[in-house]
This record gives sequence, structure tokens and C-alpha cells, in this order.
Amino acid sequence: MSAAPAPSSASDKIPVTVLTGYLGAGKTTLLNRILSENHGKKYAVIVNEFGEIGIDNDLVIGADEEVFEMNNGCVCCTVRGDLVRIMEGLMKRRGKFDAIILETTGLADPAPVAQTFFVDEDVQTKARLDAVVTVADAKWLSERLKDAPEAKNQIAFADVIVLNKTDLVSASELAEVEARIRAINPYAKLHRTERCQVALADVLERNAFDLDRILDIEPDFLEAGDDHDHDHDHDHGHHHHDHGHGLKHYHDEDMQSLSLRTDQPVDADKFMTWLQDLVARDGARILRSKGILAFKDDDERYVFQGVHMMLEGDHQRKWNDGEARESRVVFIGRDLPEQAIRDGFAKCVAA
Amino acid sequence: MAGLDPSAPAASIASVTDRVSALSLPQPAASVHFLGTIAAFVGSEDNVMLVDGTAEARTIAAHGGGILCAATDGKRLVTGGDDGRVVAIDRRGEVAELAADAKRRWIDSVALHPDGAVAWSAGKTAFVRAPKQEVKSFEAPSTVGGLAFAPKGLRLAIAHYNGVTLWFPNMAAKPEFLEWKGSHLGVAFSADNRFLVTAMHEAALHGWRLADNKHMRMTGYPGRVRSMDWTAGGKFLATSGADTVILWPFASKDGPMGKEPLMLAPLKARVNVVACHPKEEILAAGYSDGTILMVRITDGGELLVRRKAGDAVAALAWSADGSRLAFASEGGEAGLLVL
Ligand SMILES: [Zn+2]
Repeated sequence: MSAAPAPSSASDKIPVTVLTGYLGAGKTTLLNRILSENHGKKYAVIVNEFGEIGIDNDLVIGADEEVFEMNNGCVCCTVRGDLVRIMEGLMKRRGKFDAIILETTGLADPAPVAQTFFVDEDVQTKARLDAVVTVADAKWLSERLKDAPEAKNQIAFADVIVLNKTDLVSASELAEVEARIRAINPYAKLHRTERCQVALADVLERNAFDLDRILDIEPDFLEAGDDHDHDHDHDHGHHHHDHGHGLKHYHDEDMQSLSLRTDQPVDADKFMTWLQDLVARDGARILRSKGILAFKDDDERYVFQGVHMMLEGDHQRKWNDGEARESRVVFIGRDLPEQAIRDGFAKCVAA
Repeated sequence: MAGLDPSAPAASIASVTDRVSALSLPQPAASVHFLGTIAAFVGSEDNVMLVDGTAEARTIAAHGGGILCAATDGKRLVTGGDDGRVVAIDRRGEVAELAADAKRRWIDSVALHPDGAVAWSAGKTAFVRAPKQEVKSFEAPSTVGGLAFAPKGLRLAIAHYNGVTLWFPNMAAKPEFLEWKGSHLGVAFSADNRFLVTAMHEAALHGWRLADNKHMRMTGYPGRVRSMDWTAGGKFLATSGADTVILWPFASKDGPMGKEPLMLAPLKARVNVVACHPKEEILAAGYSDGTILMVRITDGGELLVRRKAGDAVAALAWSADGSRLAFASEGGEAGLLVL
């Protein structure tokens, strides 16, 4: 009997980078930079305002951002129907491009895009979500976070935040806006830029949704010291503030992140039941979740990630010798029931 | 179980694999249709390949880009592409452009009426051109997922999000809206015009009895239903999406309501495509592991047409007289069985 064909590995799948951000933050600038840079790669670009913005690329597809609710009676379980259709059409042209960049409107919620990759079998087998990259305007983001819930969603959802137009704000304004970002999402990689001058390696091929790459879920600012100096042509004033230590601490009223950890072994059955119940009950409020688990009597790391009520998880690899078998779980969401989550997680520790 | 692979039917069932002629296609085909005795293989990019018997394929340049949809009435093949064009190809390989979208939008679906009318959609807009008439259009509330003409009269079912619109292009009457939450993609009328069925984005079919718009939910599939076809006489709707062919009974006035479907030809692989014989109660099913079976609906008897090949079946079609069965695989293989 011949062996079944090997399942396509992550690298065979077309990576999809989602580019979000409020109007005027610099999304199109970043998109054109990605397309014009000499990287030898061909991109298919899915944009919303077809033909209205100047994008110099062979393969540009107009999207409608049509979101439909799945028939499970739940408002947070949504899929981008147009994306399903576009991906199906694009796959007929496989070989003509190496990667896909999906630009969303400033008002878009990134969740339906991500959920499409969880739900749709065809999309899932042929493409993979690489990362959600949010371009934010250093001058206006603080204001937008107050009056525009979608701006907050985009920050909360981001794997990478390109904080653009830093040349238009003072050092203290920059510290302020960064602190506000961190209050919502301490885990995204944050890059300070002018005119979106960010290294492409910092926004593309991030594998942020690859279970195999969920290696660390430490807050980004702990390592900010070696990560933050991309503004080479702009170092006046730059060293006057220290991002790593002098960060103001804000508490965002309605969007938070919650990090749990334990070095006690976790009971697999209890944890799975608890996690599934939690997202079934509070999934509408949980934008993203991620975790690395050390289960009792299990020599392998278990990793999971989720968007609202949709979860995926798998054993990742054997725990290394000498590696601390610590379990860590992170939630980013709106009005999270913090105490209930902490108590629930504490009860999952194996007896 | 040990030692015996239940997914290898070759050992146990009758085979006609030795009567299948391999065809060589210049590119993989996404669907196949018959124009008389000529098999028209629709490539995923640019071309349609016409094969007369086992002769060499004739490549017909139909589109300047990906071909997104195709339909046939047996006389011509109509395709829509990401070049915004709708073209018709006849059995001689003559190509006629039927429409070109003004904004060069993708043509997502096409449908043909037996009397010659053609329908297509681009985004939210559905178009119809009846013979000797102007093109008429209808704006659906959201992107059109699929189109189907009713067997009688000029009536077009337009599937979209949250339901189906029934549009009468030649009548002033307000289109009828059949509501059901979710994304509706494929759509089909029963041959007797009593039922309408959609294949949804989720792994389910939804149906309406048109006399009273009563709902029919057909669920339980492990995967999305990408292929459905009415059996000869319209007794059953055969569907893909599971590891058996699922056939919903439509012969009685209540259709499949309250009934269990028939499940035939189970394998350890997913049914990708089904095609019903036009005259006999026989169907062909193509599986994700490359197997093709011919199945007798009355007793579930199976005949092996193609062995498990590791290369999924992408397309199957019967000629209108039922004498020929053509298939194509995702990896680019193709074959013809003459009965
Ligand atoms: Zn939900």
C-alpha cells in the first residue's frame, strides 16, 4: 500500500498578512513599501477601496469586507465571506504569487478575518494567517482610542504594531501613546517609525498564528531595549527616554490583557473543560487567547490559541531537559472577568 | 483490521478500471462537462481543453486569467473568469464573448437555462440575458454565492448571505426572498420545481419547499458540500462532503423532512464530487484519495472506475446520453470511460 500523501506543512501554505489601521495612519505607505522593496517576492494584494488608492502591483483584488454570522446564534462567530471567495479564486492562480497582503478598512474588526482561517477548511488547507499588523498614528492614536472602539480592537488584535509618524510628536507624547498601547496589548511587537520605515522582516513572515512558533508569550516591552531603535535617521531626543523602564502605566477602562502562570503541573482534562467553557461563555469578550501548558504526566508542551470562541491547540514538542515546566496563558479582551478567570485557572492545577 | 486495508476496494469489488482510457491534459482541470460526446475540461487558468474520444486535447484560450465558474446545457460551455468576461465555447472550439464586466470584476458564477438564457454574477450583481433580449441586472443584498434557473419559466434563484432571492427578470413582480441565516453558495432547483436547495458555507444544506417556503435542514456533514446532483428522475439529491455519498430523498411531497438520508459507498476518504447518470439510477463518486466508484442507488452495488491514487478527484461528468463518464484529478490526470 502506498503511503498517504504527507499533509501540507505550514511552509507550503501561502502566508497572509493582515494590514489594519485607522484611516491616515500610513497603511498604504507601508503597503507600497512592501511592494516596491527589492525582495524578489510577488504579492497578491487584497484591498478594500478598489482602484481608489494607488497601488502598483500586478495582482490587486477588490474586497467587499462582507461579514456574515455563522448559524450558531452567536454574534461573535463571524466569517469574511468575500475572503473565502477571493481565496478560492486566487488559489487558481497559485504559482503567480508567493504571499498575500490583505488590507482592511480603518473601521474593520480584524476578528472575522482571523476567524475565517479557523473556520474555513479550504482557506485553512491552502493559506495561513501570518500576522495581524496594525499601523497606528503616533499623533492621533491616543484620541482614537478614546472615541473609536475599532481602533482599540485593532491594537488589541495586533501581533505587530507599527507606530508611525513618531516625528510629529514629542518624546512625552510618544511615551504616552506607547503606554496606552501597552495597557491594551503588551504582547505585540512594537516598532516606532516615520513614514513606515520598518524593516520588512519585522512585519512579514512573522508566523504569529503558527502553533509551532508559540515559543514565548512574554510582554514585548521587557525586551524593548534591543528592539526599539529602527528610526536610524532620527536619533535626536531618542535616547532621552528609555522605553524599557520609564514606561508609564495605564489601565485601559474596557480593553485589557490578562496573564496567568503556574509552575505546578496542570490537569489536562480540567483545563480543557475550563477553557472551552470560558470561551463558550465569555468568548464574545475575549479577542485573542494563547497559551503554553505543562500538563501532568505529559512530556510534551501543549500549545493553543484562539480568537473569540474559536480555539485550536496541539502538542508542540517534548519539554527540553532542564527547561522549566511552566504553564502560561494570556487573554486579551474587553471587560474580562479577571477574578473568575484567575480562580478558574487556579482550579486546573493538578491535585 | 490488521493487514486488510478497508479503503482499498479493489480487492473486493468489480472493477472497470481496465476499460478507462487515460487522457493527457496540458494542464490540470477543475471541472469537466460534455458537449455531445466531446469532453470539455475546464482548466483553472485561461484554458478549456476539448477532448474528442481519446484524441489529443485541443486547448482553447478562453480567458486571460483564472476561470472561476462554468456551466453547460450540453450544446455550449459557458465560463466566467477573473478577467471579468463571460464566454461561450461550442464543441468545435469556437469562442464567443457573451459579456465583459465594465469594471472588470471577477465573474463568480454562471448558469444556463434550457431555452438559451444565460445568467452570471459579479460581486453583488446578478445578470440575465435571455435570447434576443437586453441584459437585465439585479442587485442582491450581498455577494452572490450561486445561481440557478428554475426548470420552468424565466426565474433565477440567487444565493447570497442569509438566504436566496427568487427573481423573475421578465416580470415587474417583486423578487421573493427566502431567508435563512448564513452564507449560501451552491443552489439548485429540483427538476419538478417543488424544492430549492442551497449548499452553505458551513457543512450543511438548506432547503425550502417552494409551495409554502417550509424549511429543510440537512446537516451532519463533516465538511462543506461542494458538489450536489439530482439522481435520474429527481428522486434523490446526491451530495459530497462526507466519507459516504449522502443522498437526500425528494420523491415524496415533504422531501427529506423527517427522513434519514441514504448513505452509499463508504470509504476512508472524503467524497469530493458526485455526478448522477442522466437516465439510470446510478451515480459516480470521486474521493479525496483518488478513488472513483460507480454506485447503483437501488442496492448500493459498487464498481471501481479508478483506484485509490493519492491524488484527489477534482471533476466528474456524464455525457447527456449516459454512455460516457469523464474525470479529472487535482494532480492533472484525466480519464474517459465509455460504457
Ligand atoms: Zn461566538
